[in-house]
Amino acid sequence: MQEAKGIGRRATLKAAAGIAAAGLAAPAVHAQGPVTLRYVGTAVNQHQGIKDKVKEDLGIVLEYIPVVSDDVVRRAVTQPNSFDILDSEYWMLKKIIPSGNLVGMDAKRIKLVDEITTVFTKGEVAGRPIGGQGTAPWKVMYLPAQNGRSFAPEPTQWLTLIPTTYNADTLGIRPDRIGRPIESWAELLNPEFKGRASILNIPSIGIMDAAMVVEAMGQHTYADKGNMTRAEIDLTMRVLTEAKHAGQFRAFWKDFNESVNLMASGETVIQSMWSPAVTKVRSMGVPCVYQPLKEGYRAWAAGFGLPRTLTGRKLDAAYDFINWFLSGWAGAFLNRQGYYAAVLSTAKANMEPYEWAYWMEGKPAAQDIKAPDGTVMEKAGTVRDGGSFEERMGAVACWNAVMDENDYMVRKWNEFIAA
Amino acid sequence: MSSSLPDTALGALPAVPAAPARRRRASLAPLWQAAPLTLVLLLFFVFPLLATAVVSLWDYTEYSLVPAATPRNYVEMFEGCGNLADGLCTTFRTYISTLRLCGMVWAATLVLGFTASYFLCFHVRTQPVRMALFLLCTAPFLTSNVIRMISWIPLLGREGVVNSALLSLGIVEAPQDWLLFSEFSVVLAFVHLYTLFVVVPVFNSMMRIDRRLLEAARDAGASGWQTLWHVVVPLSKPGIVIGSIFVIVLVMGDFVTVGVMGGQQIASVGKVIQVQMSYLQFPAAAAQAMVLLALVLLIITVMTKLVDIRREL
Repeated sequence: MQEAKGIGRRATLKAAAGIAAAGLAAPAVHAQGPVTLRYVGTAVNQHQGIKDKVKEDLGIVLEYIPVVSDDVVRRAVTQPNSFDILDSEYWMLKKIIPSGNLVGMDAKRIKLVDEITTVFTKGEVAGRPIGGQGTAPWKVMYLPAQNGRSFAPEPTQWLTLIPTTYNADTLGIRPDRIGRPIESWAELLNPEFKGRASILNIPSIGIMDAAMVVEAMGQHTYADKGNMTRAEIDLTMRVLTEAKHAGQFRAFWKDFNESVNLMASGETVIQSMWSPAVTKVRSMGVPCVYQPLKEGYRAWAAGFGLPRTLTGRKLDAAYDFINWFLSGWAGAFLNRQGYYAAVLSTAKANMEPYEWAYWMEGKPAAQDIKAPDGTVMEKAGTVRDGGSFEERMGAVACWNAVMDENDYMVRKWNEFIAA
Repeated sequence: MSSSLPDTALGALPAVPAAPARRRRASLAPLWQAAPLTLVLLLFFVFPLLATAVVSLWDYTEYSLVPAATPRNYVEMFEGCGNLADGLCTTFRTYISTLRLCGMVWAATLVLGFTASYFLCFHVRTQPVRMALFLLCTAPFLTSNVIRMISWIPLLGREGVVNSALLSLGIVEAPQDWLLFSEFSVVLAFVHLYTLFVVVPVFNSMMRIDRRLLEAARDAGASGWQTLWHVVVPLSKPGIVIGSIFVIVLVMGDFVTVGVMGGQQIASVGKVIQVQMSYLQFPAAAAQAMVLLALVLLIITVMTKLVDIRREL
């Protein structure tokens, strides 16, 4: 029913867009050759497959500029002219929006804006509210005006980012080395895994993983793990420092490949991890589980933002690209890698029913699950770690965040590294 | 140098007041010749340095720099450093950690580099073999930094080659964790990388040693060690100092090798600066950089005071 409605709506909009395009935009575009959009973001979403498909469908050339997440913020704040599209995470907005370098995106130009999942618009999954500690996307979704530098508490016409992808993060474990069920974040600091644990060395995210552990151990209950007081930062860092002195951590990791290496080589058996990193370890033939934990997940979400300076053809192309991104092909592409698409109905239409059942409904795979390049990721019969979309996103406890006490936190983190 | 040059040129002008135009142009020639380098240095060295110094005095927020003179960055850097009762402050601990790494790397590269140069200079007889072996010393630089460092993991890791060899030979009973993600592995990686920077200048100095001096030492009854210590080492000093400066400067500012090989668990000043930069705390990072710069300059000044490196250049 819902799907039918979506298609009807899309068809209407497509027709409308077609008329508009035929009238003005299309001849101009053809006359001037293809538009190139400089796309800055972490490598997470920058797939060759998407780039090729965009070229084919829209004639737009994407120029990927992959940077680490810290550099996304740095670019957006200090070099706003160096990109045409910013693939940013929602927590970064607390730093970027006050700089005034991003422009509010006009909801009227986003065809599927009403189809964006309620995770972003209301903070709900299947009608149930999601944990909103930290920089939850719905808190930083809207601007009061197109050039606003603060966030609007209720929906407006101006969006900070158009969501693209999101996921719920947890700990990765090596079940073959641990040999018993792992159910709680507290296990990360369990002396049983001395010298075989790791967390990521991105202070603002690492400290939230640590906070999940502290809470799981029953040492402290945070009002908001994503916005700690100085006393809470001190407490969390003290717990981490004690663990470090006791030799709990083998190493800290900073990028995707480091985390894969640590886990695949057996240096660590339990660590914070990203979903595709777990998949990568598994594809190397090493058993690895993205373990759901009873305290819940730490979630993140990303979306596209536009620089204030973007105008003319490039601006139109950017909107075209974003509309294309929500129209299903890209959503299905991302869903097949274990992320979630912002508009689920169109992604579903672009996936095989067995794929949808495996990735989104938590059902056993009816046949082998393949990666976009055709390699087998999961054998038939396996069930996704953590289950369905509703189970996983419904169990989110907090979101990646920037704290008010960020400066203090960074200093404390440096102190922890030096300890 | 750039400041003294115009002074002499200007001082020279009044001495030839009635000189014809051609002469004056000739006296300007050195100025023109020095200008490109001076400009480059001004633009890419002096100006950025001044900017860093100025920014280190600025205030900052999450997303902007506030150009107002404040001692905040220096105060925060040395917060708690006056009170030694609570243990050392972060900054001191970080510097001590960096200096300790630096000391170990320096000692190891010096011994290794000197030995390698000595072998190349005095034991290898023919020039082609010497050059071939010399080029071999650059082998660590034939792969990229990242690949080189990642490849240490299968070698030194818990399930790596070294550990499995030790285990199967019965030398140890459990895998040795200190081989990787430790000070040992950091020093090892640095030594692997930077020994070449000692070999090159020391080799250069040694090749200039007059062989007759060695013969004279032997004729005078000096033993091999006495010749080494009283003839070769003193005459290689400029090379040793130049090599030391390379190694110290490189290690003091490093954050990549310390990060990857130390499992991100070992503090270094470069790492602190990197974290601050990534959180857009540019003024705080600038302040750290100024202090680091001052320390490194101090070390270099002391070393160049001990040995006159220009004598040999």
